[in-house]
Formats: sequence, structure tokens, C-alpha cells
Amino acid sequence: MASLKELRARIGSVKSTRKITSAMKMVAAAKLRRAQASAEAARPYAKAMQRMLSELAVATAGEVAAPPLLAGTGQDHIHLLVPLTSDRGLCGGFNANIHKLTSRTISRLQSEGKVVRLLPVGRRAFDFFTRSHADLIVDKLVGFSGKEIPFSIASDLGEKINTLFEAREIDVCTLVFNRFHNAMMQVPLCQQLVPVVVEEGKGEIHADNVASYEFEPDETTLLSMLLPRNLQVQIYAALLETAAGENGARMTAMDNATRNAGRSIDRLTQLYNRTRQANITNELIEIISGAQAV
Amino acid sequence: MPVQIEIISPEKVLVSCHVDMAVLPGMDGDIAAMPEHAPVMLLLRGGVVALYKGDTVTDTYFVGGGFADITPNRCTILADRAVPVKDISIDRATAELEALSQLWEKADKSDVARLNVLQNEILSVQAEIDAGSSF
Repeated sequence: MASLKELRARIGSVKSTRKITSAMKMVAAAKLRRAQASAEAARPYAKAMQRMLSELAVATAGEVAAPPLLAGTGQDHIHLLVPLTSDRGLCGGFNANIHKLTSRTISRLQSEGKVVRLLPVGRRAFDFFTRSHADLIVDKLVGFSGKEIPFSIASDLGEKINTLFEAREIDVCTLVFNRFHNAMMQVPLCQQLVPVVVEEGKGEIHADNVASYEFEPDETTLLSMLLPRNLQVQIYAALLETAAGENGARMTAMDNATRNAGRSIDRLTQLYNRTRQANITNELIEIISGAQAV
Repeated sequence: MPVQIEIISPEKVLVSCHVDMAVLPGMDGDIAAMPEHAPVMLLLRGGVVALYKGDTVTDTYFVGGGFADITPNRCTILADRAVPVKDISIDRATAELEALSQLWEKADKSDVARLNVLQNEILSVQAEIDAGSSF
């Protein structure tokens, strides 16, 4: 059995751990509110963009040679996966979920004979995949989470993907990220960016009445402007979802940790008191039996 | 019947309201979104979006390029950047113009695509300064 001194030290250390985790929870909660607001504010733009793109895609279908960003390279051989994670851990299963989903996707694609490349975003993803799939990594982007996310990060990333695409180094590009539902729940999912997945019938116009739509300057120019922009906007939205999700997950994880620390302190304190009492009882027995023996 | 107008920038929704008419700075000239307007999708240059109630301008916003989607009862503006005209910071815009002019000087004059992008950016910032100082 542990000595009283050891128990006291352990109680002290768990107490300071609890202080840290509860402070982290507070910080995450404060950041979450801001991150959630900006993630939700960015959704209408991404949604409107997607709708316009769908309408344009329907309008131009079959008319002109579709640009590669919309239709792809016509092949389905080299896949680029972009897992989005946070830079720091201590947020429960948030990053592990992304790693798991990405690894699963990698092995599925590889078993189908496809070539996979990785562009991890966030230090956790980079560290994880350097260990498991170092040969697949083409590029990385780390060290921005925790702060306000400027749009320029998304446009740089979009630019990178666009360059890879135009150099014909990739055929398909997919984002892997956590969609933020609430502080308790983030759903990891894959979103294919290129070629664009057109959801038919989502816009207000359909193929039959699209003829009445006018375009200024013209469909091709509009499309060539809209596509790279759409790429950036979808990445930006995913980055914001990740930031909100990270803080939500951290808040939940730290809340659990704080509660567990409390429980552990209760248990240790009880053990400490029992040990103390047992020691006193032992001493008494020794004294009494000593007195009786005389 | 008024037209529903929305000005959306990547960061947030700036405006979502009903107006009688909205004048947008199209790439090939200004265009007015009114009720029962034929559906148009257009590219925007940097300029001012004016919202009208009857014949009077109720509000003006500066947009730094983007896209607009006009349907008979709705007008959605996806702006790269949007600010209310009264909030334009002329100092910041002037500094940006300065920086862009330097880029222009240094730019490779045979790279037409790059020059085009720069030119559009310079025109957009110039329009911002004009809008801000005329307010």
C-alpha cells in the first residue's frame, strides 16, 4: 500500500492537472464561440457558389469543351487527398478520426490500383502521415490553426491544387475534414473538389429552362473565373469547419478530463483517509497490546 | 413587388433585404436588377452597388469584383470583398494602390494573364478610392 506521503503527492498532482484541463476547456469554449460564428457565416457564400456553379454546369453541358477543373482530366488514376486537422492535439478523437478515414481511403484506392498522393493540412496530419505514408506526401501546410483564419490561406491552397491539376499530376482531388455539427459531434467526411460534383436539380433552374438564362460576358469566361474561386471557397469553408470542430472537440475532451480528474481525486482522498485511519488504529493496537503485556 | 437582394462576402452575409431596384457594376457596364428581370449571371468589376427604394438610393456598398446571379425575384451578389461605402478607408486603399502600382512596374510585361489580373485589381482599388472620396 502506498504511503501517506506518496498519496498526498499524487492528489496534489491530479489537482494541478485538473486546473490545467479546466482552463483549457474555458479557452476552447471562448474560441469555439467565435470559430462557430465564422464557420456559420461562411456557409451561405459556399452554398450560393455551389448553386451558381451547378446552374452554369447545366447550362454549358455539352456546349463547350468543359475546363479540366469542372470535368476532370478524363482519367481517374491519381488521387490527391487533403486531410484537414488541427496543429495541436488534446482534442479527443478529432484528429484520429481524420487519420482513420484517410488511411482507410488510401488503402481502398490503392487496392483498386490507383496512385494516391497526400497534401496534409495541419501539423497533426503531417506528423501522422510522415510516419505511415511519407512517400505519398507532395506538399504540406501547417502552423495556422488557433488563430483567425485569413482567406489567403485557402486561396494559396487552392492555387497549389490548381497548379498540380494543370500540370496533370493529379486527376481527382478530395478533401477529408470534420463537418461541425455541435460541440459534441464532428462528422468526418470526404468531399470531392475536382472534378466538381454537380448536384442536378439543386438550383432553381433545370436543363429545360436554362435556355432563358443569359450570361455576361459569356459562359466560358464566367466558368473559368468561377471554378478556381469555387475551389478556394470550398477549402475556406472546410478550414473554418475544422477550426470550429477542433475547439468543440477540445472543449468536450477537456470537460471529460476535468470530470475524470475530479473523480480520481475523490477516490485518492478516500484511500488517503482510510490509510490514515488504519495507521492510527495500528498504532493504538500496538500501544494497547504493549500496555497489556507489561 | 420588390426584389430580394443578398450581398454575400466569403466572411459573412452583408445584406439580405427587399429593394425596388439594385444597380450592379457589371464587367461590361452597369446593370440594374429589377423585379421581373430576365435571368442573368454576370461577372462584376470593382465598383459600387446601389440599392433603391422608389427613386432614392437607400444604401451603397463597395464590392471588389465577384459574381451576380439575377432571377425575376432575386438577386444574389457573391463579392470577393464587400464594404459599406461609408466604411471605406481611403488611407488603406491608397496604400494598396501604391503597392499594386509597384507590382505593375516590376511585373513581366510579356505575361499578359498576370498583367490582366493586376490591371483589374488596380481598377478595383481605384474605384474604391473614388467611391470613398465621393461619399
